[in-house]
Amino acid sequence: MKVSLFVTCLGDLFQSDVGKATVEVLERLGCDIDFPESQVCCGQPAYNSGYVKESKEAMKRMMKAFDHSEYVVCPSGSCAYMFHEYQHIFKSDPVWEPKAKKLAEKTYELTEFIVDVLKVDDVGAKFEGNVTYHTSCHMTRLLGVKSAPMTLLSNVEGLKYTELPGKEQCCGFGGTFSVKMGPISEQMVDEKVQHVEETEAEYLIGADSGCLMNIGGRINRKGKPIKVLHIAEVLNSR
Amino acid sequence: MAMKIGSNEFNERVGQGIDDAFMRGAVSGAQDSMGVRRSNAAEELGNWEDWRSHGEEIRQHVLEHLDYYLEQLSKNVAELGGHVFFAETKEEANEYIRGIAQKKQAKKIVKAKSMVTEEIGLNAVLEEEGCKVIETDLGEYILQVDDHDPPSHIVVPALHKNKEQIRDVFKEKLGYKKTSKPEELALHAREMLREEYMTADIGITGCNFAVAESGSISLVTNEGNADLVTALPKTQITVMGMERIVPTFEEMEVLVSLLTRSAVGQKLTSYISVLTGPREAQDADGPEEFHLVIVDNGRSDILGGEFQSILQCIRCAACINVCPVYRHIGGHSYGSIYSGPIGAVLSPLLGGYDEYKELPYASTLCGACTEVCPVKIPLHDLLHKHREVIVEKEGKAPISEKLLMKSFGIGAASPMLYKFGTKFAPTALNPYTNGESISKGPGPMKAWTDIREFPAPNKERFRDWFKNRKKEENAHGRDDSESR
Ligand code: SF4
Repeated sequence: MKVSLFVTCLGDLFQSDVGKATVEVLERLGCDIDFPESQVCCGQPAYNSGYVKESKEAMKRMMKAFDHSEYVVCPSGSCAYMFHEYQHIFKSDPVWEPKAKKLAEKTYELTEFIVDVLKVDDVGAKFEGNVTYHTSCHMTRLLGVKSAPMTLLSNVEGLKYTELPGKEQCCGFGGTFSVKMGPISEQMVDEKVQHVEETEAEYLIGADSGCLMNIGGRINRKGKPIKVLHIAEVLNSR
Repeated sequence: MAMKIGSNEFNERVGQGIDDAFMRGAVSGAQDSMGVRRSNAAEELGNWEDWRSHGEEIRQHVLEHLDYYLEQLSKNVAELGGHVFFAETKEEANEYIRGIAQKKQAKKIVKAKSMVTEEIGLNAVLEEEGCKVIETDLGEYILQVDDHDPPSHIVVPALHKNKEQIRDVFKEKLGYKKTSKPEELALHAREMLREEYMTADIGITGCNFAVAESGSISLVTNEGNADLVTALPKTQITVMGMERIVPTFEEMEVLVSLLTRSAVGQKLTSYISVLTGPREAQDADGPEEFHLVIVDNGRSDILGGEFQSILQCIRCAACINVCPVYRHIGGHSYGSIYSGPIGAVLSPLLGGYDEYKELPYASTLCGACTEVCPVKIPLHDLLHKHREVIVEKEGKAPISEKLLMKSFGIGAASPMLYKFGTKFAPTALNPYTNGESISKGPGPMKAWTDIREFPAPNKERFRDWFKNRKKEENAHGRDDSESR
């Protein structure tokens, strides 16, 4: 199966390990991965801040970059959701709306793709450790991917899972919210970190790079001994 | 007090909210318990999503035909002998009600809870007229006794106070001597209020839903105070936002069911008071004179525009009770009697962007509000829409941000520039990097690193890794075939 990787700008620049793990997991499951070189950012930071005009240019780029892809897979729920949003943003645009619809139809978040398209519940991973999992808002509420990550994690050998208290509460990232509304964001991420600590997990796992960068950044700043991992990295460990 | 509360700047208000440990304890405790109650009540109904869709349909239908239903309602109220006044502005509404108070030479007015009277600042106008205005809803009463502390929640106005604080307020202002047990506090308030109902000249209420078909108004309460406010005084005035209307009792039933479950996690509240016109000869009680004041105050401007769906709101506060931002800053930080997600959408529409331009940004767009709204208002989309309007139509965004976003537009849209920019990010950020992260970032990054570490850019971007790997694979592929 031919799969185009939408690695996201965070994944390209700051978390290349996540991209690498994604490639390796998917290849092991028999996918043939390509990486459209002309991909940029999905436009979400500008779009969410209200700069719709500016962000539309990036969106058009992305639609072109993935025009010929059969499947588009993204290791970040929020960015995958953004690809699904294009069709609403370009609503009634005779040229771009159909392209946006096409893109939405073939775009999947990584765990969703593995479970729903590849029909694989167990990727054969082994991971020793106590973990908890943060369900990101855009991925669960807006994209609607709730069970796939749990299905995959529950089949990882050696992994001990504890549910995160208040697991559906936002971590306070919200893109530019994290800097525009710093003091509020700080309170939100602090409550999240506190909840993670309550689980006594050694690892916090998530499927959204933005949230992980936020929670992880706070954990590191506070010097807490909790490691933050993307779910792709867990699924790639043997 | 009108819609706007306090005179501090947004950031200052937020700071005060965050520092108020009592308030935050009260709010997060209430959110946690109400959240569970709400979702249990929704689940118990079985097909909650169908109910929501039905609620949405009813509200949309009413908004699409608002002229028709307003006319029907007015006609029916008038036929029953009531007076209907349509107020385009808050001033008009207040003047009309002041006029009634003057004519009746009213000294004492009892009120049931009403957000729209808060919105128009009615109490202040009546007090100016020399009337004693008494709030009879327990929460509103507490706030009134506490020197008119503004409400912080549309359903539980004194949510920001815990029971010990309430005891202290009662002690100081009312000579209360008992404990902080909620029952004892409520009993005391009730005793203080009983006398007032009997001697009030006018009763004022809000309105949860007006029923167009019958000319009735309905009030949903847990304390039964609205029953007394509508039954005892000779004159009654009901003030309603012009959108708070349903065609018939059948639709009202659906919406009340959604409202009580969403607001307090109950199948039904203890009291649903329905009033249909003034007292008739055979009635045992009820007002001799009934006035219905229908308030526009900016709502017509919302109608027919891109924010119309916010008028579907039935003021249940479910969105507030799940909002993670409200959780940490409390209601007063919003600077409006309408707080939380509903407030962040509605306040700029009713009060203008100059006053409320920060509110649409006080959200992570996490969608928790949209998920629970019983009439399916896409709250997070509307917050986003506000941002778009602020940036593109109003031009009210800060210049530094505009420049940043412009360059984002150019950078992100051009694969060449993007590639170039990201390639040199590690070098550019090198001076700030220690090991794996950045603790003190430059420029716009500072606000991030004030709170958390920022990851250092990878030495090798993903795209370079991928390309090199492909190259190697190809090379190996050739080696393999050669050796064969
Ligand atoms: S916006 Fe929806 S959830 Fe919020 S108060 Fe109104 S009806 Fe309730």
